[in-house]
Amino acid sequence: MNTLEIRNLHARIEEREILKGLSLTIPQGEVHALMGPNGSGKSTLAKVIAGHPDYEVTAGEVLLNGENVLDMEPDQRARKGLFLAFQYPSEIHGVSIANFIRAALQARLPEGQEIDAVEYYKKLYSKMAMLEMDKSFTSRAVNDGFSGGEKKRNEILQMAMLEPTYAILDETDSGLDIDALRIVSQGVNKLRGPGLGALVITHYQRLLDHIIPDVVHVMVQGRIVRTGGRELALTLEDRGYDWIIKESAESAEAATV
Amino acid sequence: MTEKPDLNLEVDSGNFSYPEDYAFDAGYGLNEETIKYISGVKNDPDWIREFRLNALNVFRSKPNPTHWATKDLENIHFEKIRYYLSKGQTPKRSWDEVPDDVKRTFERLGIPEKERKYLAGVEAQFDSEAAYSNVKAALSDQGVIFVGSTEGLQKYPEIFRPWFGKVIPTGDNKYSALNSAVFSGGSFIYVPKGVKVRHPLQAYFRINAENFGQFERTLIIADEGAELTYMEGCTAPKFETATLHSAVVELVALKGAKIQYITVQNWSANVFNLVTKRGLAMEEAEIKWIDCNIGSRLTMKYPGVILKGRKARGEVLSIALANNGQHQDTGAKMIHAADETTSTITAKSISVGSGRSSYRGLVYIPKHLKGCKNNTECDALLINTDSRTDTYPAITVRGQGNSVQHEASVSKVSAEQIFYMQQRGLTEAQAMSMSVNGFVNDLVAQFPMEYSVELKRLIDLEMEGSVG
Repeated sequence: MNTLEIRNLHARIEEREILKGLSLTIPQGEVHALMGPNGSGKSTLAKVIAGHPDYEVTAGEVLLNGENVLDMEPDQRARKGLFLAFQYPSEIHGVSIANFIRAALQARLPEGQEIDAVEYYKKLYSKMAMLEMDKSFTSRAVNDGFSGGEKKRNEILQMAMLEPTYAILDETDSGLDIDALRIVSQGVNKLRGPGLGALVITHYQRLLDHIIPDVVHVMVQGRIVRTGGRELALTLEDRGYDWIIKESAESAEAATV
Repeated sequence: MTEKPDLNLEVDSGNFSYPEDYAFDAGYGLNEETIKYISGVKNDPDWIREFRLNALNVFRSKPNPTHWATKDLENIHFEKIRYYLSKGQTPKRSWDEVPDDVKRTFERLGIPEKERKYLAGVEAQFDSEAAYSNVKAALSDQGVIFVGSTEGLQKYPEIFRPWFGKVIPTGDNKYSALNSAVFSGGSFIYVPKGVKVRHPLQAYFRINAENFGQFERTLIIADEGAELTYMEGCTAPKFETATLHSAVVELVALKGAKIQYITVQNWSANVFNLVTKRGLAMEEAEIKWIDCNIGSRLTMKYPGVILKGRKARGEVLSIALANNGQHQDTGAKMIHAADETTSTITAKSISVGSGRSSYRGLVYIPKHLKGCKNNTECDALLINTDSRTDTYPAITVRGQGNSVQHEASVSKVSAEQIFYMQQRGLTEAQAMSMSVNGFVNDLVAQFPMEYSVELKRLIDLEMEGSVG
């Protein structure tokens, strides 16, 4: 039961269908990678799971430990333990990172219960040390004027603080130089453990040199076309996506014959 | 605007009305007899009687400024208003008569019990005797005068009269004329040379005063090198039976003096709030208006500074929040009248639902002046798709060696931003509140602590209704 399970998911934006019957299961404690060419629907999948209002789910289920979350508001899903590290995190002017994360934690407590400020800052600073972040960072407004690397580190810091049971990392490597990539990956690796199931979305194999996945899925045109071990990612690096697109087109043709 | 139904301006049928007996009542409508009645009750000296009667004529001769302002002003029926009501000192309202939703709002804003009763009109005065006696002793030691406007003009005419009506002349606009005719309540403050009043003064501290009159009149004079902060209003909603409020506030900062005037007002949705506020800053003096407007049906308010002495400084910080059916028409005026004067305007407005906020600014620097600077920044935040904002800046700068900067921005709370915050576990309303609070954060930081905390709570309450 302790899985994030996506069953036959169909979703569209306006009239265009992007997810066309996608199925995927991530057990708690495992890290899965999701790879695929541009436009295959990887980011859409992340947003649909998190409940982005622009997308309409036309069929299928997203089960979080057996419970369908598709009728829930995005914030309910988040409080159930789902976290999305955004590819393009939003800026929130005038709200410091410390206050933002604190509000997010506060939202998880029952009414009338207050976060202990001392404990909170202790935890915050220890997580920041882990991510090699300067303490002054938390007094800056959320993502306001951040470099690409700072934005991604901020996402991982929030993930570390909110301690989700399932996390989706959407192209966390995009826009990172090699040092930032190392730090972010180390952060994710430190959060790995039996309590976390993660789906790492990436276009390139290089992130998977740092975050070693248990399972690799390849997505083409709104579906998972192949699932394998880490070696699948390495094959993709050597041969690109063309062969797999071709194969999946052939098999789709075969299926319709 | 004009499609809104006429408001019934009768006192006994407003949003929050209570049957009340008044010891003094000037009756409906406005004529010479009304003025004479008010002057009689207040025992006005002759010069004030004449001042009022003259103002009545000016008021009558001036049209409503609907050629530039909203036509909603035409829905004010002057003949249906009672211009002077006084309960005397015996309040007739009981706590049980205060509507439940009003009590709930007080509770949620965390307003202390004693204060709630005062705000709801149950008690005639805020029981702050203990806090006040310390302040009062300190003030009188320093020679500070802090009284109601009536007491001020009667007891201290030699200070009061030279400045009264000089910063804002009767004929400035129709509503300043109206106020000049029927004013009652408000404060008179004089701070002697070189005296720096450490604690902010509040109308609260004034005992036996008509604090929140419909037509209050405040005059504050800071003598050379004096300093003072004045705070008016509170973040709790003002449950008024009267629907037209038209105050006049005049500030005079003599050479090297500093005055900071802070207003936080939250009006009930039936109120027309038409206020004229202006300061006169002499050489090296500084006047700063911090103005926060929430609620009301229509607020028109443009605090201004006349920079009359060399190196005088003027500043306006303004926050306005217009919710459904409300129009906040606010801004600032900076009149440069001496060399090397500087002024700053920072205005932020938030429009929620069908709310509308307008920024109206006037900056005037004539040709013969040198070394003057103005910096204006106005930012608007729109919450919903039917929210509205407009900007009407009027900047007149002549001559060389003067510099003006004007920046304006309009932003919307984006769906992406709300989604991002929701993904972290905040509800949609919490996310909205956080966006709005973030938007005004840099301005709110300049408010006194207790005001900024209450303001945040107030924004939370306003935003709760904005999502659905």
